[in-house]
Amino acid sequence: MNRPFFMRKLVNALMLSLCGVCALVSVSVLFIILGYLLWNGGRFLTWTFLTRLPTPVGEPGGGMANAIVGSGKVLLLAALTGVPVGFVGGIYLAEFGGRVFPFLVRYTADLLNGVPSIVMGIFAYTVVVLPMHHFSTLAGGLALGAMLIPIVLRSTEEFLRAVPQSLREGALALGASKSRAIATVVIPAGFQGIATGILLALARVAGETAPLIFTSANNRFWSRGWNQPTATLPVMIWTYASSAYEDWHRQAWAAGLILLMLVLVANAGARLILARRTSVAR
Amino acid sequence: MATPPLVIDQLHAAGRGGRVRAFIERLRSGDEIAHLITLVFAASIFLLTVLLVYELYVNCALPRHKFGWGFFFSRTWDPVFENFGALPFIYGTVVTSLVALLIAVPMGVGAAIFLAELAPPHLSDALTFVIELLAAVPSVIFGVLGIFVLVPILRSQVEPFLKATLGFLPFFQGPIYGIGYLAASVVLAIMIVPFVLSISREVLLAVPREEREAALALGATRWEATWKVVVPYARAGIFGSVCLALARALGETMAVTMVIGNEPKISASLFAPGYSMAAVIANEFAEATGDLHVQALIELGLVLFVLTMIINALARLLILLTTKQGTAHP
Amino acid sequence: MVSQETPAKRSTAKIQVRGLNFYYGPRQALYDISLGIAEKKITALIGPSGCGKSTFLRTLNRMHELVRQARAEGQLLLDGEDIMSMDVTRLRRRVGMVFQKSNPFPKTIFENVAYGLRVNGYPKGRPLADLVEASLKRAALWDEVKDSLHKSAYALSGGQQQRLCIARALAVNPEVLLLDEPCSALDPIATAKIEELLFALRESCTIVIVTHNMQQAARVADYTGFFLMGRLVEFDETKVVFTRPRRRETEDYITGRFG
Repeated sequence: MNRPFFMRKLVNALMLSLCGVCALVSVSVLFIILGYLLWNGGRFLTWTFLTRLPTPVGEPGGGMANAIVGSGKVLLLAALTGVPVGFVGGIYLAEFGGRVFPFLVRYTADLLNGVPSIVMGIFAYTVVVLPMHHFSTLAGGLALGAMLIPIVLRSTEEFLRAVPQSLREGALALGASKSRAIATVVIPAGFQGIATGILLALARVAGETAPLIFTSANNRFWSRGWNQPTATLPVMIWTYASSAYEDWHRQAWAAGLILLMLVLVANAGARLILARRTSVAR
Repeated sequence: MATPPLVIDQLHAAGRGGRVRAFIERLRSGDEIAHLITLVFAASIFLLTVLLVYELYVNCALPRHKFGWGFFFSRTWDPVFENFGALPFIYGTVVTSLVALLIAVPMGVGAAIFLAELAPPHLSDALTFVIELLAAVPSVIFGVLGIFVLVPILRSQVEPFLKATLGFLPFFQGPIYGIGYLAASVVLAIMIVPFVLSISREVLLAVPREEREAALALGATRWEATWKVVVPYARAGIFGSVCLALARALGETMAVTMVIGNEPKISASLFAPGYSMAAVIANEFAEATGDLHVQALIELGLVLFVLTMIINALARLLILLTTKQGTAHP
Repeated sequence: MVSQETPAKRSTAKIQVRGLNFYYGPRQALYDISLGIAEKKITALIGPSGCGKSTFLRTLNRMHELVRQARAEGQLLLDGEDIMSMDVTRLRRRVGMVFQKSNPFPKTIFENVAYGLRVNGYPKGRPLADLVEASLKRAALWDEVKDSLHKSAYALSGGQQQRLCIARALAVNPEVLLLDEPCSALDPIATAKIEELLFALRESCTIVIVTHNMQQAARVADYTGFFLMGRLVEFDETKVVFTRPRRRETEDYITGRFG
């Protein structure tokens, strides 16, 4: 600290403003992405795009109706398989657990959460696609469902832990059994948080592409059943954006805009609800 | 005190009988059943993990036997003659992830310092909200912007500039394609900044107020207090956030697949097209011919899994040690 | 063993405690407590914080079992029946509890009071609404909330919330009501209302109240027990404890020389 005072002031100002610039750049990325998608995607977003099947290259007027429905079906399957397991497991961690075992469950959940999504795709491929001998909506749903489990587990646990102990005591003191108190007081008290946590988890897996490429794969037509391959928005975006056709690029932008909007609205909505909830509680 | 022995006997009897009765009572009220059911669901996460490892391991038996450890050192990837080596992919994954870290860590930590130390709380919260939304953007969207926006800029502006100024380094030589290691690294960097940023911010905010006040009271400038006192205090946590971001970058698939160029070659130049483990799985898995090809891809998946597991485990421990709220509750 | 059973004669004791020792893991929190709680009277437990009075109260309806590693040894009898081996939900139906901090459920006022009835079942032939109304009247809250029964309980003031919790406990018609410093978070006016309420309830209910407020004990209680460092130092009629304490420690405490 024996540099001249002036130098120290200068370094101070320089470094602090650099930090500000870093923050500015990081934050502006989101707006750049949004801007590009709105500009490039918004122009090509039409009603037919939402309601029609894809057309062969060069033939105008193609849409992505099958991919939108397909994404919905895959997500529904994922929610049906992943949410209950994560939710009930989360109840165990928050309400019943001892010491060592829950710690291991938590740690494993966090590690599983960090597994690359493409590896989850391989997993679903080996346990569903290989025995069935073909790609299917079911396999895609299970891949995303497996990804949901650790996320839902941890968020459910967190929101149940946030329920004040005094509510549990109140219910037990009235002669409720522990399981009854959990079902009728603790879970309802934490329900809003848990539901938004589930929404966040769904929004996260809704944008996943890698686990779907070789599970639900792709389909140029309506999927004929749960055991058949289906188009999904993320996979369509990938296929179209990587292609060599101008027309498909435009459709990729439009589909990208839809996907981004769905994910961001769900995300922002859930976070705003949570923020308001915590500020009210305090 | 007339009948003490009798009282004690009764107590013991009540104790043992009471325990059995208490158990039956809990069984009847549903508590034991609820406990058991939730326990099974929670334990299913182990089942899932074990099954995942087992499936990956069993389903890459062919290349493991055929190539052994040589799989990791061979540069050939030839589906036609069924000769598979992972080195170009491992190289591509590691190089793009490290270059991404070189960009993202200063950026993320700098922004975190701004948000945690300088910005007024309201602004900090609002910006953090935006950053969290950025983290939620699907990777395929980053890929689309990478192809159509970033790559043209790199090709026409950034890479020629780098070649002209830093061209004496082997990293910035050779023909310019736009797509390649550098494009993948930049996209990855943008994608992992939110992770570095939000965790670093939390870790910095967890540094006790007295630490920085003490430094300021001794006449340090704001920057000196931050850089020499606050950041070192939080360095384990920041390192943890960097590890988490690294694990993300290693496993990131779509955005990389779309901009890395997809050529199984090893080049020193960052301008050259390459390939990564996740990208080759994404591109070739669905159309792989023959079991050996598929299983070689699965073995790459196993490598990816093990790598990210190790780095994640390390990261969680570090964050746990600094914020005491990472993974486990007390 | 010091016999502290004097005031409440065995014949009229609603709850009889003999030789109760209590441990949190290796740490002993209560030492050899023996006393009788008189039926349809108010018994106050006083003492400096950390003296074990709340712990004692919680063993009376086995709420201590929620704490990991907590262990009670000794004999606790409710109407001559062993509390420790009784069905715990039945025990808590008979021995209700009101907590230091009011803890209404995040439900409507009506659902809060109805909760215990729904959990435990209620006599056929009487509509739930009547039972809820009766409980709210017993807790002297009816007039204030009769128009907002289906609003959230969180809209009530602190004192009203605490009376709601009392109404909730009263709904299942408990024989004993345990109150753990029920007024510590309330202003004097709300406190006075609750004290009035306790007087009225004495007709139908045995009441045990833990309080750190000696004036409150002196005002409402028929009997008072003084706890110090996990031991029951003195237990007698309230006026005896406050005017002619037999033990030096009690005198010091009530005259404010320590604690």
